[in-house]
Amino acid sequence: MSIKHLLGLEHLPVETITKILDTAGPMKQIISRDLKKVPTLRGKAVATVFYEPSTRTRLSFELAAKYLSADTVGLATASSSVVKGETLIDTARTVAAMGVDVIVLRHPMSGAAELMTRYTDAYVVNAGDGMHEHPTQALLDMFTILESKNRISGLKVAILGDILHSRVARSNIWGLTKLGAEVHVAGPPTMLPAGLEQLGVRVYDRPEAALEGADVVMALRLQLERQRQGLIPSLREYARLYGLNAERLALTKDDAVVLHPGPMNRGVEITAEVADGSRSLITDQVTNGVAVRMACLYLMTVGDASREDID
Amino acid sequence: MKILIKGGTVFDPSAGTLRDLDVLIEDARVIKVESGISGRGAIVLDASGMLVSPGLIDMHVHLREPGYEYKETIATGTAAALSGGFTAVAAMPNTNPVADNPAIIEFIRKQAAAAANARVYPVGAITRGLEGNVLAEMGEMHAAGALAFSNDGRPVVSAGVMRRAMQYARMVGVPIISHCEDDTLVDGGVMSEGLTASVLGLKGIPAAAEEVIVARDLLLAETTGCALHVAHVSTAGSVRLIREAKRRGVPVTAEATAHHFVLTDEAVAGYNTSAKVNPPLRSRTDVQAVLEGLADGSIDVIASDHAPHADYEKAVEFDQAAMGLVGLETTLGLVFTYLVEPGVLTAAEALTRLTANPARILGLPETVLKPGAVADITVIDTHCEWEVDPNRFLSKSQNTPFAGFKLRGQAVATIVAGKIRKHSGVRSQ
Repeated sequence: MSIKHLLGLEHLPVETITKILDTAGPMKQIISRDLKKVPTLRGKAVATVFYEPSTRTRLSFELAAKYLSADTVGLATASSSVVKGETLIDTARTVAAMGVDVIVLRHPMSGAAELMTRYTDAYVVNAGDGMHEHPTQALLDMFTILESKNRISGLKVAILGDILHSRVARSNIWGLTKLGAEVHVAGPPTMLPAGLEQLGVRVYDRPEAALEGADVVMALRLQLERQRQGLIPSLREYARLYGLNAERLALTKDDAVVLHPGPMNRGVEITAEVADGSRSLITDQVTNGVAVRMACLYLMTVGDASREDID
Repeated sequence: MKILIKGGTVFDPSAGTLRDLDVLIEDARVIKVESGISGRGAIVLDASGMLVSPGLIDMHVHLREPGYEYKETIATGTAAALSGGFTAVAAMPNTNPVADNPAIIEFIRKQAAAAANARVYPVGAITRGLEGNVLAEMGEMHAAGALAFSNDGRPVVSAGVMRRAMQYARMVGVPIISHCEDDTLVDGGVMSEGLTASVLGLKGIPAAAEEVIVARDLLLAETTGCALHVAHVSTAGSVRLIREAKRRGVPVTAEATAHHFVLTDEAVAGYNTSAKVNPPLRSRTDVQAVLEGLADGSIDVIASDHAPHADYEKAVEFDQAAMGLVGLETTLGLVFTYLVEPGVLTAAEALTRLTANPARILGLPETVLKPGAVADITVIDTHCEWEVDPNRFLSKSQNTPFAGFKLRGQAVATIVAGKIRKHSGVRSQ
């Protein structure tokens, strides 16, 4: 099986998700070796095109490509012709015209990755588009959950925080529900998107009900600008009402685990005690991110001949 | 020169009737409407099986000239109007420079006369530069030919300014056409709030963004006595507010566009920028309410809100894409396919919302085919099935979400002041 573009989990079949998660295991072993290099993607070129600041996602993709022996180049907004007003479409054409096989795109607007696929022959990986999706983050979250729980089906997963603006939440909702988890989300009413219940998600405006008996808790990063936008009165009140602390964590199952997509605002959406505590898998998530991205790049560029066009 | 339209079914909006009659035109006027008129000495249009209606009026169109001629010109926009069966359009003032003074109104009329396609009724801006602060010269513009005033596209934010505008417009004797939208509730939204927006990760526009201004303007119309026309009604709440206000005797009329009674927000799926429009496409419940509003008369008018944009303004990220779609060449087909065929409206009711009602609101002469009337006539083949192909539009722009739609009903002849300006498919002898 192979994937052409990886734009989101909404339209990705369960078998493909499972295939990626299965492939990430062997990839993780490569990372733990002394000699972290396999020749699988030798001769392939991967470009990371980031229109938004990012450290871990970009580093994670570049390392994933390098561990597989692909050549990598990076384009960041500040140093590129993007500041001169070049459109996304022109950038897509330009990068592809230089022979790049895979474009990893991070963009502040929803739908940017899909738009790019219409104007380039290169494979496109969505590394986060606006509020839409961040599929590799959800895949690494699911891989981390699998490592710890050996299953996803039947688990109760609570996602806390700014659901409205979160592409991580959206990708996780698609992926987790496809694999049979029960997803509960909670956040301030000003940060809850309309209509989520129609996707089979339970929605709460206080975190306690979502946390009750949960197997997995995912705390989302609160963009600090949300306070300036008037969506919450203060960070202090947010931390008090929605922050993941030891007291709230006690509502979950005894063996519940804690995830966070990073970077964290310690003391806002999560206390240091929980973030650095024994239930936290946040460091594993970072390692797993590289493994999952290796799996994605591998399946996209080195598949069987019959590629299916999956978005 | 005489033209005889023979064998058709003539629609009379004053009586709401459809009768099999012939129509004889001489020069710019109708001279006879009877059965069995002889065609001797006349060009004969065989309209058997077709509807013969007073010319259709689209009271909400953006012709883009002056200033945005790359999207549309008065000549191309009025050619598109004729193609779609409209003998007259009302042109919105958000041009560059803005139509906020008599010189621009006169310019628009001059360009329309030179194009000699459909008639153009200019709509003037309510405030200078559409900025929402200082009243534009409504009296001067009215004298130059403006028939209504609107800040379409850039709604009047201040309730105080809107109240003064209504007080003043009442004195001039023209309606205020309100684009109802509260920018603080839109808050950067790009499509209707709801599941589709949530899934696409696009910022939603709540229904209240329209409804709070509809409510405000209804109250202002009630207290000032100014005729208020609510443009492009898109939500169930707006329909309800207008219905209640009409019952109370508020001088209000309203319009709905074809896209708001045919499409829902689901048309945006896949980041389809051709379905990005303001007000946004709404939920199934809202579409149902707009249909009910059209059926019970709460909504008086069907208009296109024809809003042409160049390809490159749509082939971008959804957030960046221009809002609006072209509608002059699809509205009539959508009306017959989605209103008349399913029985939401009879053909007579639908045509009333495209002829007599907009004429009444704009203070135009009665639209009726009788001896002495100006010969603005649309001949409609209600059976003709056709597929929407934007490449065949006469409009300069092709931004439509209806490409590939199979529609039934099309204008086959559009006659303005006794001249056949569009003529396709009618067998003439």
